Amino acid sequence: MTARTVVAASSLAVALASAGCLSFYEIAVETPIQAKIDVSSFQRVLIAGFLTGGSKSIDPNTETARLLRSQLRSKSDLRVIDAEVLLLGEEMEKRRGTPAPSPSPAAATARTERDVVADEVIFTDVDYWKKLGAEYQSPLIITGSIMFTEVSKSGVFSTPQTFSDPQGQVRYAEDRTFKDMKGYALTPKFIFIDGRTGAQLFTETYNEERLYAAGQNVPSLSAYFEMMDGLLPSFLNTLSTQKIRGSRIMLK
Amino acid sequence: MLALVVAGVVPAFADQRADAKAQVAFGISVAQKGLWKEAAFRWQKAVEIDPTYGEAWNNLGIGYEQLGRFNEARAAYEKAMALEPDNSFIRANYDQFRDIYDRQNRRRGK
Repeated sequence: MTARTVVAASSLAVALASAGCLSFYEIAVETPIQAKIDVSSFQRVLIAGFLTGGSKSIDPNTETARLLRSQLRSKSDLRVIDAEVLLLGEEMEKRRGTPAPSPSPAAATARTERDVVADEVIFTDVDYWKKLGAEYQSPLIITGSIMFTEVSKSGVFSTPQTFSDPQGQVRYAEDRTFKDMKGYALTPKFIFIDGRTGAQLFTETYNEERLYAAGQNVPSLSAYFEMMDGLLPSFLNTLSTQKIRGSRIMLK
Repeated sequence: MLALVVAGVVPAFADQRADAKAQVAFGISVAQKGLWKEAAFRWQKAVEIDPTYGEAWNNLGIGYEQLGRFNEARAAYEKAMALEPDNSFIRANYDQFRDIYDRQNRRRGK
């Protein structure tokens, strides 16, 4: 929608400007988006670990911790603590007194959404997070849950297509075809905890989905990174002000 | 009688628009230097002088957006679109702003 509107506006601009009947000024802008929480009282951040569920094809706990650490190292002022990633699912198993699952990452992620939701009670255990915070000099703690699931859908899908008309002008059209699609869905819930008190400061949940033609063999890890790439700006914006570059048209 | 009224109103309206245009022009020149606070102030003046000046509302939307005053930016853009519903520039600015505004306000729960 936006791209099309911009194209339309640009075309109109050229037409009107050449006719000399409109004064407009394009200007480059950097729109500030304020951080969602104030983290100025923290010097350090601990990506603790995540409850995970869904597909066994990747280990979202390790991958997410690694990705968020590297992003925060380069894009935030907080010092990122290097520590073992917690296995929160195992912690909950221990608390229930049931035998811990196999330590292999694949087995560790073989949980349903219901299992994960049931285990989320750990995030309200203030003493647990306070104790963890004390171990690492009271940092901001980031934890949460991640569901990574395989999805398949069939139906009519629209794909934008460009073509040249007989006059050589580029035109746009929607190609609507019935397809079998396969892909992945990612539902991370990020929870930000004050390591000094163990209390939750902020929670945010995302839903991302990527579908591919059924014959297309997209590795699950690639799909995971593609989806995380889409939500990282918003995640980083929780902790720091982000600037979105673009342009606007000023009018007289 | 009507002629007298019209004769009185039209020049007054023309004066208002001329004054508002002067504010808008100054706002544009300072915005081009990155002085968004001053620009927004000028465009605010312009819409106070002439509340029917859609282009000034559009610029005010841009100004507020750059100052991080998103709710006011939204109101200004929407006022501009109401006054100039066929203006593609205003629509394009608004669409791009809404992408950011929605992202800012997004709480994508299940």
